[in-house]
Amino acid sequence: MRFNEKELISLSRQPSERAAELGMRGPKKGDVVKRRLVKLVVNFLFYFRTDEEEPQGALLLEQCRVEREDSLAFSITFLDEAERKYLFECDSQEQCQEWIDSIIKASYEFMRKNLIFYRTEIHRLTGKDPLEQYGIEDETRFQVTSGLQLMPKDI
Amino acid sequence: MKLNERSVAHYATCDSPPDKTGFLFKKGERNTAYHRRWLILKGNMLFYFEERESREPIGVIVLEGCTVELCESAEEFAFAIKFDCAKARVYKMAAENQAAMESWVKALSRASFDYMRLVVRELERQLEEIQEGAAGLQGRSKSSKKAGGVARSKSGASFSASHVPSTQVTGAALAQGSAHARSLQEEVQLPSGTSKENGVAWSKPSALVNGGASLESPVSPGTGCFSKLHDWYGKEVAELRVEWLQKHSSLSLFNLCLMIFLPNLSLTVI
Repeated sequence: MRFNEKELISLSRQPSERAAELGMRGPKKGDVVKRRLVKLVVNFLFYFRTDEEEPQGALLLEQCRVEREDSLAFSITFLDEAERKYLFECDSQEQCQEWIDSIIKASYEFMRKNLIFYRTEIHRLTGKDPLEQYGIEDETRFQVTSGLQLMPKDI
Repeated sequence: MKLNERSVAHYATCDSPPDKTGFLFKKGERNTAYHRRWLILKGNMLFYFEERESREPIGVIVLEGCTVELCESAEEFAFAIKFDCAKARVYKMAAENQAAMESWVKALSRASFDYMRLVVRELERQLEEIQEGAAGLQGRSKSSKKAGGVARSKSGASFSASHVPSTQVTGAALAQGSAHARSLQEEVQLPSGTSKENGVAWSKPSALVNGGASLESPVSPGTGCFSKLHDWYGKEVAELRVEWLQKHSSLSLFNLCLMIFLPNLSLTVI
């Protein structure tokens, strides 16, 4: 599958939510833990070999599960490949928890759910749709209803 | 650079609802012909398929940091997705009619994670303000409850009921709202050892609440306040509109309106 690699590499240089050197182990059998600079930018987790400018790889953090593995480690699994785990080793329990919390919040879908919750709640409490003042109340991405109905003009 | 491509492709076709789908003509990577593709926009990812029925996408455009531009081109209803990095590709697209073009331009220019985050933070702030207001009311009604409580021990429940001040009723309704939110916040603090999944069923309105914790990410300067940012975008677009008008004597009124509330929208003649 093609993807816009240059732009993604450029994204990896943007200010990050969180960045640290962690132990990282890939999902394949025989993969071992290696030190990597791990950087969370929007809904991507980039990992760099130490002292390299370009990331070795990127993980899109949608449709994934983050789990505590032990006191210092967490794992990321993607829902379509539940047996394959990416393992990350931290330097402290606190750091481990911070990473877990950040990664959960890093998904676009997670933000969307929050938005829908806030929108619904504000509307319930005030009787007003908070998105109306910005003229974005009809945006499909902000809709409360489940599922998307295809509009005739989509075809 | 590696990417978890299989999982990214899975995101395209999994059952979370897309933000927009439809056919567009996409200019080829190597050859300059336009190819008709089926497009699925989800979050900040634009997937393109050979056919609507195709199981896997040919490719994906990560839209973070892009700008969407209307462009004059031999192709009708054309627009371009551009990026600000060195040697970035320009993705030229063409829609089948004016309405489709406008709809896509609008959807794509609001597709970034940053934009979604901004809107979420704004609503979060608004909700906090409302809850703080409610808490204030609740505090007042609590103290009046205490006074009523002392009396209640003498004359029973009916006494305090008849003395309920009106603020207590509205305060209770708002407080209930904030208590509800608070209990959801508690739900989010799952014990360590359990897993947390994102991307679960879309239709549940009882979302995982952010728990009030603010994201630490540095937002680009000047964008801390959503309404200011919105005004700023409006101003920037208004300036572009003036430039555009100077270059082109006629422009449909609809296009003018279109330009007003779109972040990342700029106008160029290619």
